Amino acid sequence: MKSEKKQAEMIREISGVNPYKCMKCGKCSASCPSFNEMDIKPHQFVSYVLHEDIESLVKSESLWKCLSCFACVERCPRDVKPGKLIDAARQLVVRQRGETYLSPDEVPELLDPELPQQLLVSAFRRYRR
Amino acid sequence: MQRIGVFVCHCGSNIAATVDVKKVVEMARLEPGVVHAEDYQYMCSEVGQAKIAAAIHEKHLTGVVVCSCSPRMHEATFRKAAEKAGLNPYMVEIANIREHCSWIHKNIEEATEKAVILARAAIAKVNLNAPLKAGESRVTKRALVIGGGIAGIQTALDIADAGYEVDIVEKTPSIGGRMSQLDKTFPTLDCSACILTPKMVEASAHEKINIYTYSEVEKVTGFVGDFTVDIRKKARSVDMTKCTGCGVCQEKCPSKKAPSEFNRGLNNRSAIYTPFAQAIPNVPVIDREHCIKFKTGKCGLCEKVCQAGAIDYTQKDEIITEKYGAIVVATGFDTIKLDKYDEYAYSQSKDVITSLELERIMNAAGPTKGHLERLSDGKPPKNMVFIQCVGSRCSDNRGKSYCSKICCMYTAKHAMLIRDKYPDVNVTVFYIDVRTPGKNFDEFYRRAVEDYGVNYIKGQVGKVAPQPNGQLLVQGVDLIDNKQILMEADMVVLATAIEPDPSVRKIATMLTASIDTNNFLTEAHAKLRPVESPTAGVFLSGVCQGPKDIPETVAQAGAAAVKAIGLLAKDKLMTNPCTAKSDELLCNGCSQCANVCPYGAISYETKLINDHGIREERRVAVVNNALCQGCGACTVTCPSGAMDLQGFSNRQILAEVDAICR
Repeated sequence: MKSEKKQAEMIREISGVNPYKCMKCGKCSASCPSFNEMDIKPHQFVSYVLHEDIESLVKSESLWKCLSCFACVERCPRDVKPGKLIDAARQLVVRQRGETYLSPDEVPELLDPELPQQLLVSAFRRYRR
Repeated sequence: MQRIGVFVCHCGSNIAATVDVKKVVEMARLEPGVVHAEDYQYMCSEVGQAKIAAAIHEKHLTGVVVCSCSPRMHEATFRKAAEKAGLNPYMVEIANIREHCSWIHKNIEEATEKAVILARAAIAKVNLNAPLKAGESRVTKRALVIGGGIAGIQTALDIADAGYEVDIVEKTPSIGGRMSQLDKTFPTLDCSACILTPKMVEASAHEKINIYTYSEVEKVTGFVGDFTVDIRKKARSVDMTKCTGCGVCQEKCPSKKAPSEFNRGLNNRSAIYTPFAQAIPNVPVIDREHCIKFKTGKCGLCEKVCQAGAIDYTQKDEIITEKYGAIVVATGFDTIKLDKYDEYAYSQSKDVITSLELERIMNAAGPTKGHLERLSDGKPPKNMVFIQCVGSRCSDNRGKSYCSKICCMYTAKHAMLIRDKYPDVNVTVFYIDVRTPGKNFDEFYRRAVEDYGVNYIKGQVGKVAPQPNGQLLVQGVDLIDNKQILMEADMVVLATAIEPDPSVRKIATMLTASIDTNNFLTEAHAKLRPVESPTAGVFLSGVCQGPKDIPETVAQAGAAAVKAIGLLAKDKLMTNPCTAKSDELLCNGCSQCANVCPYGAISYETKLINDHGIREERRVAVVNNALCQGCGACTVTCPSGAMDLQGFSNRQILAEVDAICR
């Protein structure tokens, strides 16, 4: 397990986001459709990365409640893009678990005709590595 | 051979902490022409200047090099000191070892080496310096003020009261500007028109003030003290000398579908119009785009009803040329366009408005006659939401990076006025920070919260969604309670960022006045010369320089006036002697220098030239020293090397380069 400082750095690197630009306006939390489901709110996410409290972050339910709708990314007036931070934290967790990809042979039996195709494409994109 | 003295300043620890000044002195002594070198703690002090004077007398110096701060700070100081001691001031050169050296280096050895090199270059230049004499130019005792808002009006009044002629050029049909659109003003809540219109009247009645409305600056030439300006007087289609301002033409005009600029497009006006009742001058203009007569050739009703016979459809734009000694820019601001902020539904709902639009709605002369009502259905609102910082403080590509400064106060004003007049209306303000620096400003905002029950929520609004029932669903956040808020509102008011009026770009280009990335005009010095442009003779008044409220604008307008008066009070200006000079023997009369000269300072004469015994008539370049600003464009263009800049000759500059590369 890497140190929290290293992990915070990784989140910043993966997301390409500079959390120091945040002016704490809360527009991300004001825009978030999953706000009520989250234990750590989008605007708090930025401070957690800023204060390098990654342990709480990766344990948080919020990581998996974020819909990646990117409303916060679109509307953030400071280009901090909390959605990208959340995405990066999620990737960090997924990477640490290892064995996170499907082999192409496994895919057909998982297919459900009801699944939107876009979901499949984005799943492949996400788990390709 | 020159006899040069070198003076190295410590600037307290500003230079001495990073540069070994003793070493600089020691190394300077070895340079050709140097007969004296010393260091001192503060060269710019009385004692420091006395040291320079003493050395000039004792060592019979013919040139001086001061190694100190930027020449922008103290070149004038040291040149004056040398002149007092009997030396030509242009024999003094500054080696900038502070801004260019000590402040930007950390390592003492590196900084010292660079300081020695900079001193060496300055010494090499002084070795080739020749005494120069400043010329004189005249001052036209008349000022031009561009923009007729409160900033321009106040500047014009102050200059005129000092006894100088002033022309105001205003692009709209009336003076008054943004302030005339406001209902009440913070923090005293006096009516904007009540305090503005007396000033408008005073300006129009002042014998020293001449107002050109519906006019624009078209071209500016010349320089400080002697500007020549072309002003386009747009065709008003109404004879100003005949019109009595009775207003019948506006009443009878059948074309009433032009959006009213004054009411921010919230209602319509006639094609022949004055922007508002107290307009000055009270003479309407015909908007030719919307006039039926101009569009179809039929109508002509205004001409028929005008008892004074003032309507003139044949009027054409007229260009007048005037001379001015000083120009004040007071072009003001506008609110930004909101097309990039679709989440607030500004374009989708009539009930989402900007604060400036709310000013018009609250105003008795506005589209709703001062009744607070929804523009969609005319119903009085029950719940109002104000959103702060819309387009301000953004570092994305949608808004402005700066704080618009006036919004916190006007929102508190709006909230308070609404709660006062309509106590049953709930007012909620979503804010990021409440910024109220200013006399009685924070007390004003606290009154809104404590006495008027305005609900201030720390947080932003993410989305405004118009509902089928006409309500606006506002989704926001309360960061103190850490709760998301969903509330219904009848009206949403956006504290829209302000930006310099778009016309300022063209004007700045004409004046060669610099503007920043946000189109605000740049000051000559952010702290010490805040109302002057770096371009001599151009002064800044009001929001064109940066966001400010009315009291600040009026204060700055007065300051700009004082600076302009200071210039107009002079009979003659000393001109910069560092101007271009053409060597007649080398000039081949090719005209390339005249083509690049931005000031029109170069002309050609046919002269009898004696070229080493050969006498012949040649066409040669001649520089007008009063017009030349010493930019040097001609010297680099001249293919034969005939053109040279006095005080910055090619030989001097190459000597500096050689000294640096040695």
